[in-house]
Amino acid sequence: MIDLSGVLEQLKSRFGERSWDYSEFHSNQRLVVAADQCFSVLEFLKKTCGFDMLIDVTCVDYLHYRGAKDRFGLVYIVLNTVTGQRLIVRAFLNEPELTIPSVVPLWEGANWMEREVFDMYGIVFAGHPDLRRILLPDEFIGFPLRKDYPLRGRGERHNFERITRGEG
Amino acid sequence: MRHSRLRESGDDTNRFEQKVAVDMSLVMDAPQKVVDQEYRWTLNFGPQHPATHTTLRLVLQIEGETVVGALPDIGYLHSGFEKIGEHLNYNQYVAVTDRMNYISPLANNVAWHQSVESLIGLQLPKRCQYIRVILAELARVSDHLLSCGAMALDTGAFTAFLYAFNQREVLYQIFETLCGARFTTSYSRVGGLMYDATPEFIRQVKQFVRDFPKVYVEISRLLNRNRIFVERTKGIGILTKEQAINRSVTGPIARASGVTRDLRKDQPYLAYSDFDFKVICSNGGDCFHRYLVRMLEIEESMKIVEQAINNLPEGPVNVDPEERAILPSKDKVYNTIEGLITHFEVVMTNRGLQAPKAEHYDAIEAPNGELGFYIVGDGSDKAYRARCRPPSYIHFALFPDMIKGHTISDVVAVLGSLNIIAAELDR
Repeated sequence: MIDLSGVLEQLKSRFGERSWDYSEFHSNQRLVVAADQCFSVLEFLKKTCGFDMLIDVTCVDYLHYRGAKDRFGLVYIVLNTVTGQRLIVRAFLNEPELTIPSVVPLWEGANWMEREVFDMYGIVFAGHPDLRRILLPDEFIGFPLRKDYPLRGRGERHNFERITRGEG
Repeated sequence: MRHSRLRESGDDTNRFEQKVAVDMSLVMDAPQKVVDQEYRWTLNFGPQHPATHTTLRLVLQIEGETVVGALPDIGYLHSGFEKIGEHLNYNQYVAVTDRMNYISPLANNVAWHQSVESLIGLQLPKRCQYIRVILAELARVSDHLLSCGAMALDTGAFTAFLYAFNQREVLYQIFETLCGARFTTSYSRVGGLMYDATPEFIRQVKQFVRDFPKVYVEISRLLNRNRIFVERTKGIGILTKEQAINRSVTGPIARASGVTRDLRKDQPYLAYSDFDFKVICSNGGDCFHRYLVRMLEIEESMKIVEQAINNLPEGPVNVDPEERAILPSKDKVYNTIEGLITHFEVVMTNRGLQAPKAEHYDAIEAPNGELGFYIVGDGSDKAYRARCRPPSYIHFALFPDMIKGHTISDVVAVLGSLNIIAAELDR
């Protein structure tokens, strides 16, 4: 775990104390930001603090999580490839406002990661260049990694429309 | 429907064309004038094709022999691994991780349980760490052998592929000795391993360390200066350092582009700080250099295996049964009352292994790149969320940009150099 106090100082001087808090758990260092500030914090981290690689974008559905206040929690893991510092940025979203600015303008690698989150959770990334389903078929209805989606599906497998050779 | 998706991809390729019309002048081999769109062909590559090796599909937009646009279509093998991870407990899920990157299942086992253990905060005994290092490195050797061999096969060098595959067979036998399975090993457990390594396993690994360099030299001699192989891979699919960083590339592909990051050195997990090895990097960034980085990494991995197997510490392989993570030995269960009580407590769902109500991300340097798991624990023995950061998925996103301007025959070279494993790609 590499010390992040310099980065935190920079963040504090740019954004003030108001809407973010920092915590550590075992080897993870994480920062919780407000959803509307998420993009500007990530942009600042990339352009000023040197976090030039986006390791992962994912999401957690806290529907059945004890003591959780928000429904969806987005996870951005960023890495500084020069110093090796890592930081996890969290932002929370609630229905019906499931939109957050896309980070593709910052990191091109976010393209497919955000598509997967959209595919599995239905989170809309505003400004994403190509926000389509990626792992599931385009006509799939529902978001399978949400906690209200059953493990065995809703019969999609059995109702899958057959295509005959003549049609194609 | 797949055919509706194809139509849609047709629209997308139109977008490609507009973009490419500008970029084309930069590409040497490509015709200078791109005017008549009538010449364009759409070629479906996969999902079943001998050179994709796995089930993935590419919709290529070609002009003569030149690929001007590529649209990956994935999801054929999607089986909801992350959803399953929310319904299986921490030990059961290891069987699913085998099936992610099935070329190096042991590395996935190690990655998964390392993430779980760092969530719980378990400290592994030295012997377990060493055995896991040996296995992760043997998995890396076997993965790189397949990756280099298959790339050689696709570019016309059949012999090297057979040599590499023959050595993988030896590795499979070692894994079979270890845990009874060749492919789906499921060898690790929370806080330890399924079994301790046997003297026979140690003998076989030592034998492999002795014998392998001879074959390794042969494979290198067959490929490193093989004119056909070199000409088909050098300068193909170039990835610059800036692109690699911006597109989240890790592992040998990033290191071949000059990104000097390796988790084994950056944040030494397990016992990697005990060993002497180099991180192989290159500035080439093309298919040939990705191949070279992989080949040289095999050499470094063998160094680690050699050091680890010769200094394998004695002692227990599992954490203390008091940690409530692993079953006590049968000797203790049958002969002591404490052992019996611990055994029952570990088996009971409300008294056994319980992860804290917290979230944690941890990763290892898997053969393909950073393989991490973001685990959300909710106080039970199951993960509330088990996100896998799959390197293949992230690397496959590069493909359309890498292939643009090259010929159809280069598709397989680029695909081979990225080492895309569709089971990990789609999960």
